[in-house]
Amino acid sequence: MLVFLLRRLMQSGVVLLVMSLLVFVGVYAIGNPVELLINPEADQADIERTMAALGLDKPLWMQYLIFLRQALAGDFGTSFVHGTSAMQLILHRMPATLELAVAALLIAVVLGIPLGLWAGLRPDSPSARAIMGLSILGFSLPTFWVGLMLIMLFSVQLGWLPSNGRGASTEILGFPASFLTWDGLQHILMPALNLALFKISLVIRLTRAGTQEALLQDYVRFARAKGLRSARIVGVHVLKNILIPIVTVIGLEFGSLIAFAVVTESVFAWPGMGKLLIESINLLDRPVVVAYLLTVVSLFVMINLVVDILYSLLDPRIRLQAQAG
Amino acid sequence: MKQLLDAFSSSRTERLALIILLLLILCALAAPLISPQNPYDLAQLNIMDGRLPPGSVASAIGIEEGAPRGLHRYWLGSDDQGRDMFSAILYGLRISLTVGVSSTLLALAFGLTLGLLAGYFGGRLDTLIMRVADIQLSFPAILIALVLLAVLGQGVGKIVTALFAVQWAYYARTTRSAALVERRKEYIEAARLLGLSTPRILFRHLLPNCLPPLIVVAALQVAAAISLEATLSFLGIGLPITEPSLGLLIANGFQYLLVGMYWISFFPGIALLLLIVSINLVADRLRDVLNPRLQKQ
Repeated sequence: MLVFLLRRLMQSGVVLLVMSLLVFVGVYAIGNPVELLINPEADQADIERTMAALGLDKPLWMQYLIFLRQALAGDFGTSFVHGTSAMQLILHRMPATLELAVAALLIAVVLGIPLGLWAGLRPDSPSARAIMGLSILGFSLPTFWVGLMLIMLFSVQLGWLPSNGRGASTEILGFPASFLTWDGLQHILMPALNLALFKISLVIRLTRAGTQEALLQDYVRFARAKGLRSARIVGVHVLKNILIPIVTVIGLEFGSLIAFAVVTESVFAWPGMGKLLIESINLLDRPVVVAYLLTVVSLFVMINLVVDILYSLLDPRIRLQAQAG
Repeated sequence: MKQLLDAFSSSRTERLALIILLLLILCALAAPLISPQNPYDLAQLNIMDGRLPPGSVASAIGIEEGAPRGLHRYWLGSDDQGRDMFSAILYGLRISLTVGVSSTLLALAFGLTLGLLAGYFGGRLDTLIMRVADIQLSFPAILIALVLLAVLGQGVGKIVTALFAVQWAYYARTTRSAALVERRKEYIEAARLLGLSTPRILFRHLLPNCLPPLIVVAALQVAAAISLEATLSFLGIGLPITEPSLGLLIANGFQYLLVGMYWISFFPGIALLLLIVSINLVADRLRDVLNPRLQKQ
């Protein structure tokens, strides 16, 4: 077990290091932020002073070492544009993204499981076919396009929901949250639904497949033979058994929700860290780009690590295989 | 081939999808011939015709005597610079398809070579290649594309590179699993005993037998690549403004969408939608056709 753990930890470390190198060299090699940030009328001395202040005059490898040392301490430098710490900016925007991702996850579960159950119980009914057809669309439509259509329908044509921004928020444990006010709820509904679309399709498919499999099992037959109501069979016996894989997959998908939030946040002008990333890329605000990418990549590496370790605890075969390979 | 045609003629939805897909490809190929104007030739644009709703007739004001084109209708409206949306969509289709198909082909070539090597030789090489592929597949495609584009910057070559990097692992994995099964078969052993060179065994004997599942994955990936390119271009970090793909057209019209001028974003969006959905349906059908298990039933 220890060997597996060490091997897996080392792998995560290598991935992070490679990513940081790639991101650093690439991001610091394109464009010259000085041209963007310094008054065009500044003289050469001014430019050199600013470059020295930003640490841009040193050789690239030295910049990387300095960067790495500071990154380990959570310091990704100061944003060229905002003038504050890049990490602080990311952390400041993170709650909005997390709230959106959690809301999307909730929607995916609340809509996806009942629809999937329905489709699994009556696989040949027209309604089940319609649900499956919609889930195929949910898989294949680009998120941003669906977002635009939602705005067109609900904001522009019907005028029911606001098209952008976060709305009023209240403080909970020091973090702003928008689900407690009517205004905030109105603002979060469309972006969350948009972000959830792909996951709804996924949950529908998983639930349907699980239901169809569970219905053939002996315990369901036994429950039927006992004369239980079918609502109870489905709601208790079937649901309980299919929930395990669904919960696992949903947990795994949380990371990808955060990554995909980049798109949704840009469409709905949701003030999260994804929107910050796109703004920063366009402004060549390199410290913020680097801070975002490494934060999200670390998040992913962590999620993957935890999942792998949990799996290996549950299923020794994976552990043994990894040791052999 | 006949089998293929039969498969498509048996189902109405899939037949429709195939027809739409072929039509879209034809439109993209013939864009300069059938579009009412060249949307990127500034001489043909009339700023007075900006933001006209669908069906409007082009105005004569501002067009010089002897201009190359007479009056025409903007069947799908015009954008803020007086560009005919129908023409812009045709040209956009061209760019979207080119980027999607070329990145898929590149990734396919690279991924299948690695997959063949990994599956055929096994051992350390296999472990290395598959470990890298696994790690990459554990990240969502959009995150990898974001990292690469943040690193590389904008441009056609760069987005093709990003889409290539996102895709290759799928092909490597698919090819490897097929190659693992095939390499134990007798024809490979026979080829080896005949003393054929390894590249010849790999590409002439092993590859053709690994191809069917790859074709399906590649077809699905073209749709995914087009969709991802559109998304990235919409975000303003994909293609530059000089290469207006469907995604960029949609991004262009976004601000006008909010004030009710839906057509600038809506119609390119419909074109994108038709393209992606029809590719997906055709690929789905291909999967059924190429799957020998289903065929025997």
